[in-house]
Amino acid sequence: MFWKRFKKNKLAVIGGILVFGLFAVAIFAPLLAPYDPDIINMEQVLQSPGAAHILGTDDLGRDVLSRMIYGTRISLSIGFIAIAIATIIGVILGSISGYYGRLIDSLIMRLVDIMLSVPTFFLLLTVLAIVGPSIWIVMFVIGLTGWMSIARLVRAEFLTLKEREFVQAARSIGASDARIIFRHILPNALTPVYVSFILGVAGAILMESGLSFLGFGVQPPTPSWGNILTAGREYMEVAWWLILFPGIAIFITCLSYYILGEGIRQALDPKLKI
Amino acid sequence: MYFYRHLCNICFIFSASFFFVHIATLAQNNQSNSFSYGDEIIIGSSAEASNLIPMLSSDSASHEVSGFIFNGLVKYDKDLTLIGDLAQSWEISEDGLVITFHLKKGIKWQDGTAFTADDVLFGYETIINEKTLSAYKEDYFQVKKAEVLDKYTFKVTYEKPFAPALASWGSLVVLPKHILEKEDINKTEFSRKPVGTGPFKFKEWVPGQKVILEANDNYFEGRPYLDGVVIRIIPDPTTMFLELKTQGLDWIGLSPLQYKKQTQSEFFKKNYRKFKYPSFSYTYLGFNLKHPWFSDKKIRQAIAHALDKEELVKGVLLGMGNISTGPYVPNTWPYNPNVRKYEYNPQKAKELLRDAGWQDIDKDGILEKNGKKFEFTILTNMGNTTRIKTATIIQYRLREVGIKVDIRSLEWSAFINWFIDKKRFEAVILGWSIGLDPDQYDIWHSTKIKEKELNFVSFKNQEVDELLEKGRRTFDIEKRKQAYYRIQEILAEELPYIFLYVPDNLPIVSARFEGIAPTPIGIGYNIEKWYVPKNLQKYRIQE
Amino acid sequence: MLNYLSKKSLELLITFFGITLVSFFLINLAPGKPTDAVSDLNPRMTPEIRAIYEKQWGLDKPVHIRYFIWLKNFSKFDFGRSFSSDSRPAWDKIKERLPITILINSISMFFIFLIAVPIGIHSAVKPNSLSDKLTTVGVFVGFAMPVFWLALILQLILGVWLNILPVSGIRSLNYENLSWINKIFDSMRHLFLPIFITVFGSLVGISRYMRSTMQEALSQEYIVTARAKGLPESKVVYKHALRNAILPIITITGLSVPGLISGSVIFETIFAIPGVGQLLYQAAMARDIHVIMAEVVIVSILTLFGNLLADIGYALADPRIRVK
Repeated sequence: MFWKRFKKNKLAVIGGILVFGLFAVAIFAPLLAPYDPDIINMEQVLQSPGAAHILGTDDLGRDVLSRMIYGTRISLSIGFIAIAIATIIGVILGSISGYYGRLIDSLIMRLVDIMLSVPTFFLLLTVLAIVGPSIWIVMFVIGLTGWMSIARLVRAEFLTLKEREFVQAARSIGASDARIIFRHILPNALTPVYVSFILGVAGAILMESGLSFLGFGVQPPTPSWGNILTAGREYMEVAWWLILFPGIAIFITCLSYYILGEGIRQALDPKLKI
Repeated sequence: MYFYRHLCNICFIFSASFFFVHIATLAQNNQSNSFSYGDEIIIGSSAEASNLIPMLSSDSASHEVSGFIFNGLVKYDKDLTLIGDLAQSWEISEDGLVITFHLKKGIKWQDGTAFTADDVLFGYETIINEKTLSAYKEDYFQVKKAEVLDKYTFKVTYEKPFAPALASWGSLVVLPKHILEKEDINKTEFSRKPVGTGPFKFKEWVPGQKVILEANDNYFEGRPYLDGVVIRIIPDPTTMFLELKTQGLDWIGLSPLQYKKQTQSEFFKKNYRKFKYPSFSYTYLGFNLKHPWFSDKKIRQAIAHALDKEELVKGVLLGMGNISTGPYVPNTWPYNPNVRKYEYNPQKAKELLRDAGWQDIDKDGILEKNGKKFEFTILTNMGNTTRIKTATIIQYRLREVGIKVDIRSLEWSAFINWFIDKKRFEAVILGWSIGLDPDQYDIWHSTKIKEKELNFVSFKNQEVDELLEKGRRTFDIEKRKQAYYRIQEILAEELPYIFLYVPDNLPIVSARFEGIAPTPIGIGYNIEKWYVPKNLQKYRIQE
Repeated sequence: MLNYLSKKSLELLITFFGITLVSFFLINLAPGKPTDAVSDLNPRMTPEIRAIYEKQWGLDKPVHIRYFIWLKNFSKFDFGRSFSSDSRPAWDKIKERLPITILINSISMFFIFLIAVPIGIHSAVKPNSLSDKLTTVGVFVGFAMPVFWLALILQLILGVWLNILPVSGIRSLNYENLSWINKIFDSMRHLFLPIFITVFGSLVGISRYMRSTMQEALSQEYIVTARAKGLPESKVVYKHALRNAILPIITITGLSVPGLISGSVIFETIFAIPGVGQLLYQAAMARDIHVIMAEVVIVSILTLFGNLLADIGYALADPRIRVK
């Protein structure tokens, strides 16, 4: 049923193929990249796109295409892992909140409100300083600041589902709370989570590029699309390829994710609100 | 984002920037008829000034603005010797303990009140006051007694002779007593609408956008030719350059790239003039000398041989700078050109490392010793692209001699508080701005290695300690020169830092301004003598 | 209803203090002190002078005491003075920057609604039509594009290459001398890019949301009834369905305030706009606690107020809550 509906949506299929292709690029980066992304060559600084370097070279003479291919790894894994973290936190807190209700619900929802208003910047700085900056921290922080909407979604599902007969039945035969939450309600509450996961990945990639713009993303010399773009900004007028290509990469990736997410949403449940 | 980059560039001795504007002009004898009054200059600044009372601010943006408005008793001349500004002359006693200043007569504050020695004493008393939040107090705590002998004579007595003392009587401590006497200096409105004695007076400050200054008709050196100076605040350097291209700005500092590649067009040749001179700063690779590997001089020298400084200048600065061999700027009097130099020679570096016991036994390209791989981390501050680039090139070069380097860039505050202050680092790439006085006691003296102090690499050398002491206790330039020459020899031999490069300052100014006389120390020192021929004038102050 | 409102208000109050508490401690947990900007690697800063600074600013006291001092002052609407060397009251610094940020954001909001609502309605009324698909993709394009990237490219093309729009700032240099009509024209030219960027990046959220609430409204029974009665389709859509579908949109306004502020940080930096976003960034880098806290308070009050509005909206719309 799902597949049938999904396949009818041509855009979504294209999105899916693109996302799949990007993962292939990330996995086979060493095979695809024409050069070592870290090799510096002072004789070939800021070469425009041509036969030797298809997407040109950067300010240290490194091959942009190779760096972008390796950057695919970083950018995709950031998107994925960050949102995985957010989803886990969101699902757990949302479930607890929706299932138990009352005081616990109140507390968790207040936490959600608070997290939505606290400047996440400081969370970033604090964690960054304590653990030291790395790709993992950027993922972790994006995850830590992105779980609130998922928690709300899951909570809302729980609120309705917990009144259903099958839950009442499970309870009457003496199933534990944990069992009811994870075996009975959660599988039924996950539909919106799948979709928000896919959309969230795109959001996280955009967020990394935004953080890079402010200087807090993945730190060079590790290549991510965000920091290739940010570093290229300085050379915008003499080396347009340094900002054009990473920008397009981010754009196409996010667009594919959105279209894919939208397609899955419609295929799963056309009435779903995200 | 660019403002912390800015912060770290100004972290050492701010005098360089605020004396900048005040450096004396050679007498302009070639007065001709083409000198004409009028027009304004629009200067682009990446940071907004915070406080226009010089002693209260520690950011260069503030000092750049207040530099137009205030004068000191003394100022630096082009050859970096001190000459009088508000002071006509001064005497230093035989023992170096007493300085007596004779002030110029007839100078008026911009509100018309006469300037006297009382204003100097008032400034001094303000800065040493417990309540005043000034980062510059230290120099004035050395003063034992300050007195007003008469309206135009001011005398200070020191505990010990202190060579940097004379320069401390610059624009930091001259404040209008009649205005500020009854005010709380930390909270006064004066900090946002100051009154000074300088060539330009304060007109308006549009927060976040611009500060507008206008010519002081009664300036004691003669009214500036320009009617006004506007400092526009544009935090983002890319935006600033775009603004230059649309001719919204008359004077900005260029990046090496902009200088070399983006300002070659006919448009720029026709409308702008570019200048190039060494900045008072250098970038270095510093080692934690407490680390077992880097405590060995041989290792540091090996690393020096593995690096190609010319390549750094070419790659990072696009050739817009010089290699650095010590903590002073070439062509200034303390600079010693004849110190040990380390040519780029990877073979020699490998030999030195082998002598120290480092060999690549398992053939993975990384050297080992006692089962440990030669691998270390270079820290630098986030957002500073030139330093990250420097680190990337160093990483690449050291890899060639079998040393694996990781690069970590950290947000400025975290960098300083968690890594530098706690000495949790192996090597760093940082830069110092250099003061116009050669005293660098705080950076090299072995007592300055505690937390929050500047000798964070923990350099210890008894001879250097003694020379630093000697250099700051005499006013005799020849004696000081000897001391600082020797210090540079020792530093070049010991290599607590590998001095990398001195970047150039690269200002660009609209071609309509004339009277700019470039010197090795810059162009801004004589802005009151800049003018625009009548037919080229662009902005007019509306009466 | 009154009961419900008072319960909500209490919750909001607790949340508010939670926000200030968490923010205050987070800022203090982050490495560095407000005095660092002056003292770090500054050779003139001896330990004695540093101690003077910290004592004058009360930084020698433990964090929880400082939080209570901050609370006490806050209860008198005193946000304290900025730690930067201008020492101005934090509120003054924000006050002078608030109008431009609010102006840009509210104009953007206006355009977002003006464009997004019709798109959303159209997509809901004619789902899966070609125009629905096109607008959907168009809106996604806006969402998937890194806004600062678009800003840079537009700046380069329109500002530099074509030279038809000012690159940055909010006013021309000769602004004071312009006639009032030129003043307005001048401001419009300066604000065009920042507003365009903000609108472009935010269209998707509202239009998607509008589409789904509208779809839901259209599937309600009273719509079926209205159609059965033979009302013209336009009346069904614009009068009956829209009235119910637009209410939840108000929620979005409230919830999008923090997002707008963080968006402001980026575009105010790119376009050199002296607003509160830029100030927040500077204050954060300098650990200027009083300014940061004042901004936190403003942002959270706006957000919570938006929340409250949304809740009231829901309450009015939902008889179950109204009756309780």
